[in-house]
Order: sequence, then C-alpha cells, then structure tokens
Amino acid sequence: MTRKREFKSQEIYVNMGPQHPSTHGVLRLMLRTDGEIVSDVAPMIGYLHRCAEKYGESGTYQMMIPYTDRMDYLAGMNCNWAYCLAAEKLGNVVVPERAEYIRIVMGELNRIASHLIAFGTYGLDLGAFTPFFYALDEREKILDLFEMVCGARLTYSYFRIGGVSQDLPEGWEQRCNQFIDDFRLRMKEFNDLLSHNYIFIKRTADVGVISPAMAIDYGCTGPVLRGSGVRWDLRIDEAYSLYDRFRFQIPIGRGEKGAIGDSWDRYMVRIREMEQSCDIIKQALRGLPDTGEYRAKVPKVFKPPKGEVYVRSESSKGELGFYLISDGTDRPYRVKARSPSLSNLCVLPAISEGMMIADLVATLGSLDIVMGEIDR
Amino acid sequence: MEIQEIHARLAREFPDAVEAPPEVTSGETFLKVTAASIQDVCRFLKTESDLEFDSLMSLSGVDYPPEELVVVYHLCSTLRRHRVVLKVFVPREDPKLPTVSSVWPTANWHEREAYDLFGIRFLGHPGLRRILLPHDWEGHPLRKDYVFPTEYRGIKCHD
Repeated sequence: MTRKREFKSQEIYVNMGPQHPSTHGVLRLMLRTDGEIVSDVAPMIGYLHRCAEKYGESGTYQMMIPYTDRMDYLAGMNCNWAYCLAAEKLGNVVVPERAEYIRIVMGELNRIASHLIAFGTYGLDLGAFTPFFYALDEREKILDLFEMVCGARLTYSYFRIGGVSQDLPEGWEQRCNQFIDDFRLRMKEFNDLLSHNYIFIKRTADVGVISPAMAIDYGCTGPVLRGSGVRWDLRIDEAYSLYDRFRFQIPIGRGEKGAIGDSWDRYMVRIREMEQSCDIIKQALRGLPDTGEYRAKVPKVFKPPKGEVYVRSESSKGELGFYLISDGTDRPYRVKARSPSLSNLCVLPAISEGMMIADLVATLGSLDIVMGEIDR
Repeated sequence: MEIQEIHARLAREFPDAVEAPPEVTSGETFLKVTAASIQDVCRFLKTESDLEFDSLMSLSGVDYPPEELVVVYHLCSTLRRHRVVLKVFVPREDPKLPTVSSVWPTANWHEREAYDLFGIRFLGHPGLRRILLPHDWEGHPLRKDYVFPTEYRGIKCHD
C-alpha cells in the first residue's frame, strides 16, 4: 500500500555561470526554477566587454583590424573580412581578384574551424567526450594552414584594407587541397560519432524549437536562422566578394528528427555547411589566379570620403555587420559592430520557458554563441 | 524598392514625420524620422504588404556634440530584398524616443546597448537597464565628451 505524499514546490533563483562549462565563456544565466523546470531565463552579459567600439574611434582605420580578431575569436578571419569589407566600401577600394580568392579560402577554412568547435563543444555539453578530440584534431590542421600564411593560430589580422597582408607561401595550395580531401573522409566519422547517435538525437530533437517567424523577429541569423528552415545566406542573397561565381547549396533545417527548428536541426546545418565549405574551397583553389596582386595599392594614411556604410557578411555565426561613419579624417567617427551571437542569444528567454534545466544546456549549446563577440 | 519610393510611401501616410533622403556623395543615404512617430513608422514599414521590413539588422547610437544624439535603424526585408536606413535625431540634453521593441523583439537588447553606451532613453521599453557595463557604472562611454574614470570600486586605473 502506498501512502500519498504531499510535495510542496517553490520557485527559486539559480545562477548558471558566469563560470560554468556549458555557458561557452563568461555568460551568466539567471534562472527561475521550480525543481528541474525553468520558468524564466535572464541572460546577463558584459563580462567580456573590452570597449572595442571606443577603441575603434580612437585609432586609425587599420588599427581596428586586430580588435576584430578578438570579437569572434573562433572565426577571426571572418571578423577581419567583415570589417575590411566595410572600410573598402567606405573608401571605394577595389580588391584584386587573387586577393578575393585567398580571402574566400581563408573565410571558409575558418568557418569549418569554427563549426568544428561548435560540434565538439556541443558534444561536451551533452556528455559525449570523444567527438571533441576528433574536432580539435582537425581544427589543429586548419590552424597549421593559417600559421603558414600569417604566423598566428588564433588572432590572425591577416586581412588588410584592400587585400591580405602577404601572399600564400610556396606549396600552400597543395597542402590545403590535401587537407580538404582528408577532411571529407573524416566528416563521415563525425556523423557516426554524434549526428546519428541515438542518445544525442533523444537529447536534441524537439528541444528548443524556434519557429521561422520568431527567428526573424529576434534577429537570428546564420545556422540558427537556417536551422529554422529559412533559406537565407548572405553569401548568396547579398553576394559579396566573388561568391556569385561559386556553386554551393544552403543547408536548412528540415525537421528530420523532430520539429523544424529544433536543436538537432541547428546542429546538422553546421555539419552540412562544413561539407559546402569544402566544395567552395576546392572551387576557389581551382579558380585562384596564378599571378596578380594580393593587395590593392591603398595609401598608408587611409582617408575615406565623408559618408557612412553598413556592410554585412556571413560569418560562421551569422550576419556580422559593421556600421562605419567617416568624417573625412583617418579615424572612423563611429564604429559599430552588429554581432550575430548577440541576436542569436536574445531569443533564449523566449524559447526556454517550461524547459528542463538539462534541455536549456542543449538549447544554449545549439545556438553556438561566442562571448567575445557579444560583449565586444 | 528604392529609398525614394519608400519615402514617397511614408510621406503619404505620415506627412511631416519623414524627411526626404539627403543627397550623399559617398556611402548610403537615410530617411530622417521624427522621434514622436518612429514607432508608428516602424510598425507601418513592417506590416505593410509591399514593404515588409521584417528584420531589424542593427540599431546604433551616434553622438554629434554639442547638440544631438542620433539613433540609426538599419532595416531589411528578407522577403522583398530591399533595405532602408532610418535616423532619429534627439536632443543631447534630454534624449528620449519611443521604443521599437514591440515591433521587432530583437530591438530590446540593441536599445539597452544604446542606453548603456549613449544614455538614450527608450520610452515604453520593458526593461531599460545597462547591458554591457556594470549596473553602478557612471556615464555613457561612447559619448564623445566621456571622461575616463580613474577608479572603480577601489580599483585604481592609470593613464
């Protein structure tokens, strides 16, 4: 015979972070919970604020480039690129064709490196340790390639206004080609390890569903938006650089394991994007002109005419935009970075009500945020 | 839709609230909107079937001392593939304007950032408080006349 027990429940506040392994950096989530059920989430950000925009205003245009590396430190090349695109549009600089091809190769390699971290750490969040080592192993090879071109493995500052800082070293193309061939074979292992793992699917399918309308309303971009089934990629929809010469697919969430826009969809979009990036790199290495300038002639004192531009590009996390205002001097009057992670994170309170704490971890990981970019 | 057409469309609906886009020699032009009508203009831009500005790309503050602060809205329509820039000029002494976070929820955090770094107050915002800086920080750092503090909670900083 069982005796009926009365349980009293009570809502309490719990701090998740700022030092917490699953918050991907110094993010603090203020949770209101009743037992394991989350009733409210309030993200507290700013722990990594380094006044990047203020620095941008106080230095010359070129001096901002190293700060952009430190925004999304997992995709420094993409951040360099977005800033240089804005400065070039402001100053009407034409980038040589060879430089554009080099930029596309670097941008896509960095996208793969960034998605590898997303893949590896997402496994860690959900209790799978092994995929992380597989991911880092591959990422190291990409960092080796970056080290060959610019000497740095994390904060590259390889892009310059008008091109890149130096030409590719001897034999780099072959090594990059070889890496892509090997990497394509390794992709199958990733899928076997994590993507189609029964426990992984149970943890991520139907968890943290973001509807397409909600994703657009909250300003989600990149894999988060595409995971919700919206076919929107700035590389095609607002083709910058030479992306209009390339043929590739835009993977979107199709709700294969649960609802469209769940955590598994967002995860899978990143995996498929890595395959597409391999295709783009292959095409770029084939199309790379043998001769030509790697940097346009840009005066050392770069003074764009009075005016303003907002230029956006598709970084690994989504739409990375720079709003630059020139007052005609060699220093920008205003530098504003629109970071994709900030908008991708602000949807979290709206989707996490009534969720289990463990599912909140799964949802947060699937958003793939980088705090350096949110706090700037 | 080009910016002149968008302006004509808005001028019909909101006479006196929107100014014609100024000629610029370089870069992008914009529409100047009055502070009082920004929320209605934004809702109109979002809901009207031939405009459909469903996405707020970016919301930034800019400081032009000694008179004005500017709030810049970069809008884009993912359905119609057009974009527009709106600017609201507010007095530097008492900068306030209605929030657009009821139109695009993403504006919530962007407006908090503009409040934090420029001191612009967004009326009707659901929780206008500092977002990047500590809650007890003094001043708004991205204003051009911001004086750098020498101490914060007993931590001394040097020049």
